[in-house]
Amino acid sequence: MADLSFKDFATDQEVRWCPGCGDYSILKGVQRALADGGSKPENTVFVSGIGCSSRLPYYINSYGFHTIHGRAPAFATGVKLANPELEVWVITGDGDGLSIGGNHLLHALRRNVNLNVLLFNNEIYGLTKGQYSPTSRPGTVSPTSPDGSVDHPLSPGQFAIGAGATFFARSVDIDQKTMPGLLIEAKEHEGTAFVEILQNCIVYNKDVFDDVAAKKTAVETQIHVQHGQPLLYGKDNGKGLRLNPQSLSLESVVLGEDGVTEDDILVHDETNPTLALLLANLHGPTAMGVILRRKQASFESAYWDARPTERRKKVVELLHTGNLLDRRK
Amino acid sequence: MRASFFTQKIKVQQEHAGKISHVVRFAGDSGDGIQLQGQQFTVASALAGHDLATMPDFPAEIRAPAGTRYGVSAFQIQFGGDRITTPGDEPDVLIAFNPAALIVNLGHLAPHSMVLVDESAFTEQRLKRADLASNPLEDGTLANHEVVKIDITHLTIEAVKPHGLGNKDAVRCKNFWALGLILWMFDQPREPTQEWIKAKFANNEQIREANLTALNAGHAYGENTEFSQVLAQEHIPEAPLDAVEYRTITGAESLALGIVAAGELADTELMFCSYPITPASSLLHHLTGLQDAGVGTFQAEDEIAAVCSAIGASYAGKLGVTSSSGPGIALKTEALGLAVVTELPLLVVNVQRAGPSTGMPTKTEQSDLYQAVYGRNGDTPLPVVAARSPADCFDTAIEAVSIALRHMTPVILLTDGYIANASELWPIPDFDQYPTIDTCRPDENATGSVFQRNPQTHGRIWASPGDERFVYRVGGIEKDIVSGNISYDADNHQAMTDLRRAKVESVADFIPPQTLDQGLTGGLGVVAWGSTYGTVYQAVKDALNSGLQVGHVHLRHINPLAPNLGELLARFETILVPELNNGQLATLLRDRLNVKVEQLNKVSGQPLTVTEVRAEIQRLASPHMQEVGS
Repeated sequence: MADLSFKDFATDQEVRWCPGCGDYSILKGVQRALADGGSKPENTVFVSGIGCSSRLPYYINSYGFHTIHGRAPAFATGVKLANPELEVWVITGDGDGLSIGGNHLLHALRRNVNLNVLLFNNEIYGLTKGQYSPTSRPGTVSPTSPDGSVDHPLSPGQFAIGAGATFFARSVDIDQKTMPGLLIEAKEHEGTAFVEILQNCIVYNKDVFDDVAAKKTAVETQIHVQHGQPLLYGKDNGKGLRLNPQSLSLESVVLGEDGVTEDDILVHDETNPTLALLLANLHGPTAMGVILRRKQASFESAYWDARPTERRKKVVELLHTGNLLDRRK
Repeated sequence: MRASFFTQKIKVQQEHAGKISHVVRFAGDSGDGIQLQGQQFTVASALAGHDLATMPDFPAEIRAPAGTRYGVSAFQIQFGGDRITTPGDEPDVLIAFNPAALIVNLGHLAPHSMVLVDESAFTEQRLKRADLASNPLEDGTLANHEVVKIDITHLTIEAVKPHGLGNKDAVRCKNFWALGLILWMFDQPREPTQEWIKAKFANNEQIREANLTALNAGHAYGENTEFSQVLAQEHIPEAPLDAVEYRTITGAESLALGIVAAGELADTELMFCSYPITPASSLLHHLTGLQDAGVGTFQAEDEIAAVCSAIGASYAGKLGVTSSSGPGIALKTEALGLAVVTELPLLVVNVQRAGPSTGMPTKTEQSDLYQAVYGRNGDTPLPVVAARSPADCFDTAIEAVSIALRHMTPVILLTDGYIANASELWPIPDFDQYPTIDTCRPDENATGSVFQRNPQTHGRIWASPGDERFVYRVGGIEKDIVSGNISYDADNHQAMTDLRRAKVESVADFIPPQTLDQGLTGGLGVVAWGSTYGTVYQAVKDALNSGLQVGHVHLRHINPLAPNLGELLARFETILVPELNNGQLATLLRDRLNVKVEQLNKVSGQPLTVTEVRAEIQRLASPHMQEVGS
């Protein structure tokens, strides 16, 4: 079969997100990753829950299952157990994945089911018209928090790493330069690859990520981490991250100032969950790229390694076992 | 054999009813091995050729404080030389290991029963533990019964002394000592228990030999004391059994085998996804032991994840199965709607327990019928079937899976705590005679939309990821009846609603006509479902023998009902529906068939007794004129 282009992963369904929604660019990024990564429509399944993000499977030419609110990781686990050969993507949002479905996401992560979980984080409930979500910043004004929300937000990366994630990456909806490649890396990871995608809800939480995502300032507000490379960012890589051993935190420093040299800058080790946690929670700059990646057998491979994959015992045999009384003479 | 009061009683029964059967109840602390004694006695009884039915009755507490009333665990068995369909209303032999076990079970006993107690357990401290001000062995409490006091604890300690166990381990052998004695009393074989002990304690010679010694010592005690006229051995004749192989089976075992069998008949692999809950967990345990028979088991993080992962498995081409009890089924409800709407096969087992809410998890009830038939948002019908006995779970599981795969629908199978834990003697069916199960899998020439449907069953094509002909998307949003794309069209939603109703109604075209299980039409019809089968069977049989015009109709199909049921019920003058709820089948029958029904309801966590059903039959039925065959 000839190589597929990203258009081969589009369906004939009209895309129904609001004009200007960040989901459009994510959809493009996903389709490009599927094409560039050699995915096959017939062997790929997109599973989603409920919410704006969860409409995405209808727009991808592959098998798709739009399920119920928060439960996509559970459905996807069943798909994967039934047929471990399939490439399974889970599409969820901050409400779907971290509020109503937090439990299932937690358990998919700790089991390390071989899923690619894309969490579209727009820090708001979009489809129900703008209520604050578990990732909304304190003080978010919404129909259910007219005086500003008082809840403390959840950090998706911290949640995932705390649950025992083996892969955590972050991207921004409009960053189509790096997103397809990042998604291919997620796909190639054995186990749950959890990707947080900062997504702009143009209607209910417009530009909430401007402090991170705005293209003009991105070079100063984002750090694209790479395994084995020093954690440098900014114009001409003039800034970097240093570990403060007193506070066990990362601090942003300027090379050449106060005697800081490249030797002071931390080198990214994506296999280190402790560093990953620091990077996941860092603001100013915000870390992008593969923040954590470590090796661990996937749940379904361990599951099927431990039991027969085919029927060995016949029912006739099973029926005639136990405490038998034979009256056939 | 010397005649004791007890043996006199047996003779009286024999002469009176022309049969011999006994109801024996073992009772003690959770830690006394009561359930084990019961199970071993059951096996011995089966191998002696007796028909039997059992009922474990245990507390929710795993190891309740010793000697308390609420910590009493019991096991009841009826066995004998005739057809046995219930564990018996009233024990005629009670083995009580402590004062609490005696006192909480005393009310269950038939008059003039034999009460065998471990005398050494009736100390002042343990009487107090059981909230007893005086010793029931001495205060006249047992005046109507024949009491056999044996110092079981000390006799056990003496017997196992040569094995050098510590006092605690020595005392723990007393369950086998008592079992040895009871086996002797009814002339049942010791060999199965000896084999069990040898296998169980294969790696611990000391414990193994001590338990074997205790078993044999209890047996020898019976032989020796026969001369003292305290006890007499009774030989129970064999039941009239068919020339097939039999086995003992619990409902949980039978259901597990039935699920696996259905998979083999459908040539379909199964994924059983469940979450522990009393009394459904035993199904998960049994299926986990059958993973080399085409079923994978998955313990999910919660009830919702269990049903969702099962549906995911069905989407991916295996048959998803999930199980729970009422509270867990409530949690699965939203996902069941998704399975209905996406037209996927799924088996959902509800092992009902006493509700509402947490209710009484170890006690039985039939109060989830409304939940099964009606309990979802939207117009969301699905088929419901119910098993009538432990062994019947096998065929009911096959029937439920057949419906799910033929019509592409979730199916709810109702059992209950009683069925799950009870056991009976089962003539093993000839599995080669079972027809294969049809599925909606696409044949090799199929192509196009997966929403092409079989005109008879309304089942859509069960295509799965990996098949390049059918790459499709589906979800919980209403879909176009032809293309499967999202549709908010008004006429389409009406058409889909009609389709979902027609699908469930079409199940009735494939199920066998409802038959009369026993008895006569024309007078009183006793219409029942689920675990009341054995009780109703016996009560109707008794009523027929006493000349009443009564018939027994037992339903497997709850939704839809068998197509001829209305016509069959019209042949009765009066209809009585006995059930362990406040009238749920009664309501369904009135709703679906517009019939007038009388109710017999019991919601106490305990099964109906034959006496209760018989009394109601006697109240409602008239004498018949016809001859009744046996």
